Amino acid sequence: MKHLIEPSDLTPQEIGDILDLADKIVENPDAYAEKCRRKKLATLFYEPSTRTRLSFEAAMIELGGNVIGFAGADSSSAAKGESIMDTIRTVQSYADIVAIRHPKEGSAKVATLKAEIPIINAGDGGHQHPTQTLTDLLTIRSLKGRLTDMTIGLCGDLMFGRTVHSLIRATMRYKGIRFLLVSPPELRVPDYILEDLQRHNIPYQEVDRLEKSIGEMDVLYMTRVQKERFFNEEDYIRLRDSYILDLDKMALARPDMIVLHPLPRVNEIEVAVDDDPRACYFKQARLGKYVRMALILKLLEVEGC
Amino acid sequence: MLNVDSLQRGMVIDHIESGKCMEVYRLLRLDKLDCSVAIIKNARSKKLGRKDIIKIEDRIDIDLDILGYIDPNITVNVIDQGVIVEKKQMEIPKNLTNVVRCKNPRCITSIEQGLPQVFDLVDSKQVLYRCTYCEQLHEA
Repeated sequence: MKHLIEPSDLTPQEIGDILDLADKIVENPDAYAEKCRRKKLATLFYEPSTRTRLSFEAAMIELGGNVIGFAGADSSSAAKGESIMDTIRTVQSYADIVAIRHPKEGSAKVATLKAEIPIINAGDGGHQHPTQTLTDLLTIRSLKGRLTDMTIGLCGDLMFGRTVHSLIRATMRYKGIRFLLVSPPELRVPDYILEDLQRHNIPYQEVDRLEKSIGEMDVLYMTRVQKERFFNEEDYIRLRDSYILDLDKMALARPDMIVLHPLPRVNEIEVAVDDDPRACYFKQARLGKYVRMALILKLLEVEGC
Repeated sequence: MLNVDSLQRGMVIDHIESGKCMEVYRLLRLDKLDCSVAIIKNARSKKLGRKDIIKIEDRIDIDLDILGYIDPNITVNVIDQGVIVEKKQMEIPKNLTNVVRCKNPRCITSIEQGLPQVFDLVDSKQVLYRCTYCEQLHEA
């Protein structure tokens, strides 16, 4: 039995297999419509979500399975003080696989400690978000035709941006990857990620101006400054408008660069950029469902997948 | 020169870096012992110049990981009938359980009941640990 708590729980080969399976599902979804019949996915969402929860639920339904769960800690026994480990021990009596989102960092790992069914981390605070990364990788591979030999720019809230941490962890294992990390000093990538990059001799540069570095990027990964991660609203207000991608900055970018964003956005990408063919974030959101279908099939070890 | 009686039976935690004996005392929970415990601060040492020593008048189970984490140069001498019968050398432990607390207020350890505080060694030269849950780094 396997869990997915962070990208390095999967080898590059296993990631490649999931992306290949996702491609096959995109081509012929009907072939997978009954693969999870009589199986149940529990979505335990202690924190708000639109894309992740709905794409997980849509994924399981399209595989012929069912979904149980809750959206919001207030509607579960967490409101009564139940621990994550106790919740998982209970839920595994009712479901075959769990997707959990929780505001605390490391919560998904704790969920695995007593788990007898696969656990998927659907976002643990500002830590990791590996299924968004699978979505990002599928999008990059389908649009660029490769996952190697690229300069990847990550811009915005790199400290609390769990999608950023997971994407770095996953892509640093491919050949020829270089990172440009664009953020205000207060929202730099956490030390544990920088330590990973240094230990593996991965080239990276921390820069403070998007205009300076956008012309070098093959992929620009924009992120939102997340109000919910700040203890102090003043800090949030001061930092939220640090980087806004507009048409002027897009004019400095390569013609084949792609812009990704895990969404939701607030104002960090101007709506006018949406019409630029390099803006790929809505396609990225669409692919999220297929990659989660592939992941569920793999973790449930469904025959023939 | 301060004299503390030599032990007939017990343990001597020796070569503690000067000033760290109270940290050892606290982390090993020596305050819970009923036997005599002598704390010697700033003793002269040929090797270290100054060192701290703790003498315990009993044989107890000591968590050597804690001592290795505080200072891998610490030695533990086990005494029986007034002579050293065993000398234990420390190593930097690969994992720490319930020795230090994660300082990240967003870590799950801040709310989950009954969860041990676990850290994994990531760099033995810098003695750098990482919270096993949230990955916050902790330098010893």
